[in-house]
Amino acid sequence: MVKPTRVTNSIRALRFATGEMTQAQLAERIGVTRQTIIAIEQGRYSPSLEMAFQIAHVFGVPLDDVFQYPNPGGVQP
Amino acid sequence: MSYEEKGTWVALVVAVAVYLGYLAVVLGRLAGTPVSDVHYVSTLLLTIGISIVVSIVARIAVEIARPSESHSGDVRDREIHRLGERIGQQLLVASALAALGLALFEADHFWIANLLYLGFVASSVVGSVVKLVAYRRGL
Repeated sequence: MVKPTRVTNSIRALRFATGEMTQAQLAERIGVTRQTIIAIEQGRYSPSLEMAFQIAHVFGVPLDDVFQYPNPGGVQP
Repeated sequence: MSYEEKGTWVALVVAVAVYLGYLAVVLGRLAGTPVSDVHYVSTLLLTIGISIVVSIVARIAVEIARPSESHSGDVRDREIHRLGERIGQQLLVASALAALGLALFEADHFWIANLLYLGFVASSVVGSVVKLVAYRRGL
């Protein structure tokens, strides 16, 4: 019925690298609840592209540094 | 647990508890009484009223006992809500079609009304369960 996302992310590491930002602070910056940040970090929720960009902007890094997706063919871009 | 998830738990528990109470009362009256003579209308309306009041009181009580960090949902809450409602409403449609069939075959009003009420309860229960699974396991 409901499948967790295959998208992985480095939000937790990026939070700690950004002055130990809390989940609540990140949630407030992008306008969602703390529970949604927890769900994203744990791979239980795949955010929209817009929210993904918002998160990347908060950390000041490219989208690829925040979110990763397995490449089934193994072909590098 | 988010404000919206708590609300879903309250909706689920209240829907099940109140409906079981209604069933206990009406099934007790069914014993040895023809269906057409069973008094259920006022009980059904009262049950719906109780359900609304208990939901509101329980929601307030839960917030007093375990206050939420925020009282508005976000995009994830809305997506989960839509998923639960979409699946729950399929049961409502199924019960409406079954009630239509009963009406066409001139079944007693008791069965038509109670089938429709069961459809509303089942829709609420299944919708809530789907939402809770989405909250816990992922969307």
